[in-house]
Amino acid sequence: MSERDVVVRTANVVKQYGEGEAAVRALNGVTCEIYAGEYLSIMGPSGSGKSTLFNMIGGLDKPNEGSVFVNSVDIAQLTPRELAFLRCHTIGYIFQTFNLIQVRTALENVTLPMLFAGVQPEEAEEKGAALLATVGLGHRLHHRPTELSGGQQQRVAIARALANTPAIILADEPTGNLDLKTGQEIIDLLRSLNTERGVTIISATHDHKMLDVSDRIFHIRDGQLADVETRGEADAEAPLAHGPSASMP
Amino acid sequence: MKQTQFKNVDPPFWVAWNQALASLRVRFFRQLITSIGVALGIAFFASVQTLRAAQTTHDMQSEAKLRWLVGTSLVMCLVGVTNSMLMSVTERYREIGTIKCLGASDGFIVKVFCLEAMMLGAAGSFVGAGVGSVLMAGGLLASGEHVRSIQMLEITFLGVLVGMTLTVLAAIAPAIQAARMPAAAALRVEV
Repeated sequence: MSERDVVVRTANVVKQYGEGEAAVRALNGVTCEIYAGEYLSIMGPSGSGKSTLFNMIGGLDKPNEGSVFVNSVDIAQLTPRELAFLRCHTIGYIFQTFNLIQVRTALENVTLPMLFAGVQPEEAEEKGAALLATVGLGHRLHHRPTELSGGQQQRVAIARALANTPAIILADEPTGNLDLKTGQEIIDLLRSLNTERGVTIISATHDHKMLDVSDRIFHIRDGQLADVETRGEADAEAPLAHGPSASMP
Repeated sequence: MKQTQFKNVDPPFWVAWNQALASLRVRFFRQLITSIGVALGIAFFASVQTLRAAQTTHDMQSEAKLRWLVGTSLVMCLVGVTNSMLMSVTERYREIGTIKCLGASDGFIVKVFCLEAMMLGAAGSFVGAGVGSVLMAGGLLASGEHVRSIQMLEITFLGVLVGMTLTVLAAIAPAIQAARMPAAAALRVEV
């Protein structure tokens, strides 16, 4: 366990919104390590800084103090172009609101990141179709997001996140806008991708079904990493601590 | 530990072109309204230009009046076009954030909006300039004044040029701003 590869490391990350009197410290010195190939959940009440940490790890935002290393590269030192490259090749994103590109079809949504990576169009289309088949949407290639259900949209988003075979998939409340059954399917899909492809999954979540499949759980409280649970402990605690409330936005 | 190798690969031009085309096609009615906004401004501009071209006598007072009208029409154009383009870019901050997450460079985003604005601007101002100058020329003809067709062509050309320039300028400013924003901030924007 101790010699595992670290894929993301944060050191004393501080993020502050606003200035002076009105300043809010969303993150107040978070130091953590995330291992390659693990399934990690980030838990915490709304406003705890969970989403902010998620944005920091994903290179979507820069910290005020401290540093974030992805594959041992300090994100703060990257130029916008290098950051775009990192987002394109190393990280796949899944959002609560799916965030598919509304004007493009499912297949085009999946191929777009590959085209950004310089993959030839024929190859991208072939791989995109294969990925959509993997997530169970082989028959919906040319539908636009408005013609797909929530669960299907989230599957497209997962296929899109996998497009450039990233090392990390970041999922921000991926089941938050889905009903119980669909949410469970998405969780199973993420878990199987994690075991089969060895992709690291980091998800911010409220959903206790999500916690059940996690290898580790980070509890964030008031902008700090309050507790780290490994899977065994979580299994014993989850039903009591979180009750039947399955998915809160 | 795996070290990331950074290379700069820009997607080929047609990727941006397709994205712009898809956006125009799928959001056709929204874009049509934007385009009509551009057309209205340019129609006013072109009609005043036609009026000016028809002027045969060169007395100072009426020339000054027309200049003032041209100035007003340009300002109206500027406000109309800028407003339409600002709206159509700002309502898409989320999309910009998403494309950034997929690994688009800032340049790609600006390129897409620039292409879209060029196409919108060209279509809108061509229709506007045509309609504006033809209507005004028709009106003038009824009162016995003539505008030469070569002048009409000039006015249409000028109108398209002015319209496209204004449209692209008005689109590019918010697009650059949106492209430079951290992706998280662009995703958070609610319009």
